[in-house]
Amino acid sequence: MWEYTDKVKDLFLNPRNVGVIEDADAVGEVGSIACGDALKLFLSIDKETGRILDAKFQTFGCASAIASSSALTELIKGKTLDEALTVTNRDIAESLGGLPREKMHCSVMGREALEAAIANYRGEMPAQGAGGRVVCQCFDVTEDTIRKVALENRLTTVEEITNFTKAGGGCGGCLPEIGEILRDLWATTPPLMVEPKPKKLTNLRKIALIQDVMETEIRPRLQADGGDIELIDIDGNRVIVGLRAMCAGCHMAGLTVDAIQSKLREIVSPDITIEAQ
Amino acid sequence: MNTIYLDNNASTRVAPEALDAMLPFLRESYGNPSSMHTFGGCLHRDVEAARARVAALINAEPDEIIFTSCGTESDNAALMSGIETRPHRRHVITTRVEHPAVLNFARHLGRKGYRATFIPVDSLGRFDMDAFMGSLDDDTAVVSVMYANNETGVIFPIEAIGAACRERGILFHTDAVQAVGKIPVDVKKLPVDMMSLSGHKIHAPKGVGALYARKGTRFAPYIIGGHQERGRRAGTENVAGIAAFGKACELAAAHVGDAASVARLRDRLETALIAKCPSPRVNGDTAHRLPNTTNISFEYIEGEAILLRMNEFGICASSGSACTSGSLEPSHVLRAMGIPFTAIHGSVRFSLSGYTTEGEIDRVIELLPPIIRELRELSPYGR
Repeated sequence: MWEYTDKVKDLFLNPRNVGVIEDADAVGEVGSIACGDALKLFLSIDKETGRILDAKFQTFGCASAIASSSALTELIKGKTLDEALTVTNRDIAESLGGLPREKMHCSVMGREALEAAIANYRGEMPAQGAGGRVVCQCFDVTEDTIRKVALENRLTTVEEITNFTKAGGGCGGCLPEIGEILRDLWATTPPLMVEPKPKKLTNLRKIALIQDVMETEIRPRLQADGGDIELIDIDGNRVIVGLRAMCAGCHMAGLTVDAIQSKLREIVSPDITIEAQ
Repeated sequence: MNTIYLDNNASTRVAPEALDAMLPFLRESYGNPSSMHTFGGCLHRDVEAARARVAALINAEPDEIIFTSCGTESDNAALMSGIETRPHRRHVITTRVEHPAVLNFARHLGRKGYRATFIPVDSLGRFDMDAFMGSLDDDTAVVSVMYANNETGVIFPIEAIGAACRERGILFHTDAVQAVGKIPVDVKKLPVDMMSLSGHKIHAPKGVGALYARKGTRFAPYIIGGHQERGRRAGTENVAGIAAFGKACELAAAHVGDAASVARLRDRLETALIAKCPSPRVNGDTAHRLPNTTNISFEYIEGEAILLRMNEFGICASSGSACTSGSLEPSHVLRAMGIPFTAIHGSVRFSLSGYTTEGEIDRVIELLPPIIRELRELSPYGR
């Protein structure tokens, strides 16, 4: 059972702005029956000012899809098209008091329908589907969509991408590819999502943290493959380790050490270097 | 608001008699049946009395019943035993519409180097006998086919499947958690080697199940430890749960004749909803299904929305839609049947019990059609 907010429940049970605008100036349609949800958005637009006079919707989908659609229409009514385009899927989710993580794709569907409708009004090719290669065949999600949603929502894990776009939620065949896209995206994109730099660790805290990472993250993984590692010494940023069991003399030892180094750099400090004895 | 509970294939209310049967073991009689002292040791008799009652429901011998923690454990134990006692055979056969307890275990075996074959079903959810016969070979260790499907209620030809297995020395297991208690099941008349039962599907509490293992069937325990259940399932007995399960089986045996009245209410619901809702379709073979189950698709709308609108009126049912499956994919059963996407997302399963009343059914018949109409008004499709 999903934990929906009262706002989601209200807009699901009593959705606002349901229906069709017969002589709509713009129509945006996203999703499909096969995918399990779809949204058709109708806009009536003042040609002089470019202001959205009215917005209505029809949705095929679950409670959060219906509530997201309804929230979207409330958010964009009265706005100019340019103002409306600043509405993000996060704005939709926030106006609902939040959505379950697994349901964030409903808010993304709202944002996509809005883009499609405005593109339709402006005579542009809709961005959805037109741009980029299809990565997820099950739900017809393109690489462009994955990159865009990842950037807008600062998503770094494949699971988050599935929650937000549904990509990878069917057969799962594209999950490795989504991982590649994310790695590429966050390797080449300025680190706007990186947390403020942590304060410099005291030596004592650093040693404790390194020990903790070794015990909880690194050793269990090595042990699962029959290997092991021993922490011998920590000298400033030099971490001296000894490879044990199957790791000792393993021809992959170099790679193992590199992986441990990047893990410690990620969690403890980017200046860490590892030496294996 | 009164709850109208039409989700009995998911779980059932604990029968008051079953609750009474278990309470002494949660209060004063808390000993261990394996103990030497009378205080604990005498509970052994209560466990055996329950075993006799469970056995009687399916016409088994008491020592053919092994108590477990749930249907899933029974399923896992049966499959594991089948392959452990046939170490030179590396092939398991099941169906595409099995409960995850069997389906995912077979997939797990597939990853461990076994061959796993998943027999398809037709558009009415009927077992593909030809595909099954074609998949049997000298390497087959275990065949596991459910007695009746939990989503559609469709009953499989257990007798014919079992006969084919017996000829070839293959262990035949059936997951009968949905069938037992709803239709008569007689293991003396069926070529079944093992059968899974679940307490909470038949008005006992959650946390107790049983595995029937025919006398003479080689058995390798799945849970290893103490000598309980004659060495076939270690772990201190869930005496309270077992006592309740025994009582629930006794009640089920006494009420097996009520199936016709449950079926009459189910048919009343189904007929009325078909008449009063736009473009409905019943999923599954209505000629061979459990008396308590109907699976109806309401086209062009989505199941979670239907369930949550019904929830506002206290009506409990379940759906095969993607949004309710815990993943983004809709029901594997309905997909295996090739139900079109227009209908698969809007499927609702109603499963009744002996406690369901005519008044409750009439209330659903009154409340559901407006919900379906409103959601269709909301939908961009199907007008």
